[in-house]
Amino acid sequence: MLTVDALSKTYADGTQALSGIGLSVAPGEIVALIGGSGCGKTTLLRLIAGLDRASAGRVQVDGETIREPHPSVGVVFQEPRLLPWLTVADNVGFGLADVGRAERRARVVRALERIGLSEYGRRWPRELSGGQQQRVAIARAFVPQPRVLLLDEPFSALDAFTRRGLHDQLLDLWAESKPTILIVTHDVGEAVTLADRVVVMRPRPGRLDETVAIGLARPRDPVSARFEEAVRRVMAALDRSLRPAKPRRDLSPEGRAGWW
Amino acid sequence: MASLTGTAGAVPDRPARRLPAPPARALAAGAAWLALAGATYALPEEGDFPYTATFAAGALGIGLALPLAALLSSARLSGRLQRAGARLAHGTPWLAVLALALLAWELVTAKFALLPMPFFPPPQAILEVFLDDWPKLGGSILASLKLLAGGYLFGAAAGFTLGVAVGWSKAVGYWAHPVLRFVGPLPATAWLPLAFFVFPSSWSASTFLVALATGFPVTVLTWSGVAGVNKAYFDVARTLGASPRFLVLRVAIPAALPHVFVGLFMGLGGSFAVLVVAEMLGVKSGLGWYLQWAQGWAAYANMYAALIVMALMCSGLITLLFRLRDRVLSWQKGLVQW
Repeated sequence: MLTVDALSKTYADGTQALSGIGLSVAPGEIVALIGGSGCGKTTLLRLIAGLDRASAGRVQVDGETIREPHPSVGVVFQEPRLLPWLTVADNVGFGLADVGRAERRARVVRALERIGLSEYGRRWPRELSGGQQQRVAIARAFVPQPRVLLLDEPFSALDAFTRRGLHDQLLDLWAESKPTILIVTHDVGEAVTLADRVVVMRPRPGRLDETVAIGLARPRDPVSARFEEAVRRVMAALDRSLRPAKPRRDLSPEGRAGWW
Repeated sequence: MASLTGTAGAVPDRPARRLPAPPARALAAGAAWLALAGATYALPEEGDFPYTATFAAGALGIGLALPLAALLSSARLSGRLQRAGARLAHGTPWLAVLALALLAWELVTAKFALLPMPFFPPPQAILEVFLDDWPKLGGSILASLKLLAGGYLFGAAAGFTLGVAVGWSKAVGYWAHPVLRFVGPLPATAWLPLAFFVFPSSWSASTFLVALATGFPVTVLTWSGVAGVNKAYFDVARTLGASPRFLVLRVAIPAALPHVFVGLFMGLGGSFAVLVVAEMLGVKSGLGWYLQWAQGWAAYANMYAALIVMALMCSGLITLLFRLRDRVLSWQKGLVQW
């Protein structure tokens, strides 16, 4: 259970990046955060990961408050960020420093098998394509079996074909250990493909807007009518979020998300 | 179509059995060495050089061996031989030029005495030094290597440690930075007079100076390497549960290694300079001392021999460092080849 409670972030220069974020994600649930650039999606993820300190509010995972990076919260960044001086296998096993050598090896081999890169274990990251590198980065985040996995636009630098394949692989890995997933994206199709719920964000200061429940069984067929209908609902919510903010009392109860 | 099949049919199925002729290049290079041998042996000399015949015999040997080696390696007896042959073929033009240069040197010194004699000895006089004075020369190399190794390793280790500390810790950086800026650019040789009376022995003083010359560039480059590590790597490592210690040892240091090696190269160059000066001025052994000694006794052939040996030693050490770097940084692409 990931709980975000009244989280705010104000930078030293006075810019308010996030204001009063409230969100709770059930174990094993996949939530997509969607919104234009500059609405604080990445900032929110960094706060939840414990990489940055919040100005107010708190983040909890299963009741434990996150103040700094925590083994139960994994992160996949926009770029693969593989460590270039380690082989692919050593990158995947990087989070298993405290695990015995034999077990670490076994888990790395299994992870590489799952992402279809078994033969690449001894290669250097630079020898892999962008899509392959991001697969390795995803495997690296899954291997320590975090309870919460945060993904920050992990597929935005990839072409549509590669992206489709990676969606499947992500869901595949997720189905195994069922971590809670919070994924930031600016691609509506991606959000509907992956998420149980889509939360729309508004900029300046970044805050949560509407939540759209997707309610489709997996695997999802992107050309089905129900999928398209879900995409339309998310699009509509996104559209509403782009209009100038109205006074709070005008918002219908269904349109509200979180605590504010 | 018919002509195509006709051509294909004309190509023999198997490589020819008979040995192929050695390439013309190898023959030409061999001829150059033979000319050197002939001129050295046959022409009258202006002076008395006991090793003229030996030198000529050596040139003769190379002149005969070159075409033979080319012949052998082109016979495709084994892959290894073939690779050696390819290297030889690559070096052949250089070998030819070397023979011609030696020939010119031989002619202007021993044969026609166009250059003033004691200052410009002929090649056989230098050969004489190698053959007769090798125990002293060898001892000097060992002494130099010992001094250099001690100072370099100490300086590199200290510089690396200090560099990591300065790059990582703000507090260490605050105190070390002004000192480094003030003292670092001072050439290590400037400490020489001070070092020789502060330290108990000239050996420890020289070790300190070599370490100083090595340490400064290693410190500065390690520092800049550690300070310049992409913050994204630290974020990744932290989300994967890395402790601060782990961040230094497994992220900051490996990421900084390319810089560290630049520092090690610069330090090695600086340490050579300090080594020779220290040996000339204080230490009573080593190649620098040998040079000084040879000059003092007007033994110019010995001086040239020592210079050649010194060049080989320095170049060999740089090569060694390059090998080490290529091994350690094999994850990097596009490294400069030495």
